[in-house]
Amino acid sequence: MSEQAKDEGPLPVVSWLKGAGTNDPYLEGQKCECGAIFLGERNNCSSCGARDQLKPTRLSNKGKLYVYSIVHRSFPGIEVPYISAIVDLDGGGTVKGNLINVEPDPAKIQFDMPVDVVFDDALGRKDKDGNSYISYFFQPAA
Amino acid sequence: MSDVYVMGIDMIKFGRFPDKTVPQLGATAALMALDDAGLTIQDMQALYCGNLGQASAMVGQRVLQEIGQTGIGVVNCANACATGATAFREAWMSVKAGVNDVVLAVGVEQMGKGLLGGGGGAAGIPKEGLLGSGTMPAVFAEAGMEHSRNYGTTFEQFAKVSVKNHHHSTLNPKAMYQIETPLETVMNAEMISYPNTKLMCSVNVDGAAAAVLVSEKKARELGMARAVRVKASVLTSDPYSDRDLVMPDVNAVTRRAAAQAYEMAGIGPEDIGLVELHDCFATAEILHYENLGLCKDGEAGRMIDDGEVALGGRIPVNVSGGLLSKGHPLGATGIANIYEVSTHLRGEADKRQVEGARFGMTHVIGLGSACGIHILEKVA
Repeated sequence: MSEQAKDEGPLPVVSWLKGAGTNDPYLEGQKCECGAIFLGERNNCSSCGARDQLKPTRLSNKGKLYVYSIVHRSFPGIEVPYISAIVDLDGGGTVKGNLINVEPDPAKIQFDMPVDVVFDDALGRKDKDGNSYISYFFQPAA
Repeated sequence: MSDVYVMGIDMIKFGRFPDKTVPQLGATAALMALDDAGLTIQDMQALYCGNLGQASAMVGQRVLQEIGQTGIGVVNCANACATGATAFREAWMSVKAGVNDVVLAVGVEQMGKGLLGGGGGAAGIPKEGLLGSGTMPAVFAEAGMEHSRNYGTTFEQFAKVSVKNHHHSTLNPKAMYQIETPLETVMNAEMISYPNTKLMCSVNVDGAAAAVLVSEKKARELGMARAVRVKASVLTSDPYSDRDLVMPDVNAVTRRAAAQAYEMAGIGPEDIGLVELHDCFATAEILHYENLGLCKDGEAGRMIDDGEVALGGRIPVNVSGGLLSKGHPLGATGIANIYEVSTHLRGEADKRQVEGARFGMTHVIGLGSACGIHILEKVA
């Protein structure tokens, strides 16, 4: 990446995180007329097979915890433990991410607990060009 | 169309063989299967070879370079952890179609140690531990937690799967491990990804298995005494479901394959005498009791509690020790589990023999996703 990218502030961790570096970041889905919602740009729907019918749609910043795992062993250099969570967003769309601000203890984590999608620096991770990134996280609903 | 028979089948003892090459391991299993069939490489009309780690490196041809370059057609297959089953199925299909009468299927893998799974895309920054986990223990933990969510399945119930399969493997000299792991040992082992502890994760091992498949005509010519009939061979991919692309759905892909397999075989789950299913993690095994119709939805926890899936139980599952203890050499697994079921149907499984089985089922999942199911029938 270029100096220009640095000047523009942090980059989004995934292409479907929009508004990185603004005060209104959000996740974007691609919604088909059949109702299926996908993450990331695509041309065709893998649910109904429709072509070129997908429309960008702003996903909710609220959702419910579907399932999780508490990760105690990961690849070298990755800080553990952390909670890997699958969240169903209100109004549609399922997203995977880290659940933060909860103790990594099954007794403290409930299925269907309401969560907020929050946006913050990507744990200090930078790419080889030194660019910083903004990521999304889940935390218990305020 | 001709029925297809397994005429010879074998596997090497799973382990770690850093001094051997992938083709050497595959060749060893191939020769064992040929010997079991009483045939030679000169009798084979085609080779179907499954391997994942060297998928672009012509492993099948290199196996022939070890044991006999007869000039036959070779197909190299890669389909994640369904690789071996896919190679076997391609072999089956060529005989079923009447193209070949005698073919060889080989599955082989040499594994490193450590976690499997994607660490995220190459672009940008690593996503592991930032956007959840893509490690296999975590992915299958999450799949298991869906069962907990739906039916209250407990960490202890998942752990019991590992106790059972490790116990089974003490009776299988070809398993990587022959050690008992009591419940407290399993539950107190290093937590990898809750609820999967280290002893609830399959063992990365090197391994190879091979099978000789023949047409009905050829089987009659060679003698049916030890032949095993392939009653169903099915391969599916993951149908669309709402969460599948975020949280791989190993259930729908298996249910679809199981329904097709039972229909093809003309039997139901109640006719199956033993099952080798894809226990890549202890959490996964629980899901597949229901996915394969071995019990009703929501009864899997009770199945493991009551010992119905243990050797001597109503429907023994993974009497080989499963991937958890026999080991999981990715490309070999799908043929190794056909070896296990065939060995029981032939009455040759010694101390772990499941008595009275006429039909047996094998199941593998390749994440991403593929499901391969075979139903085998005792002939003699």
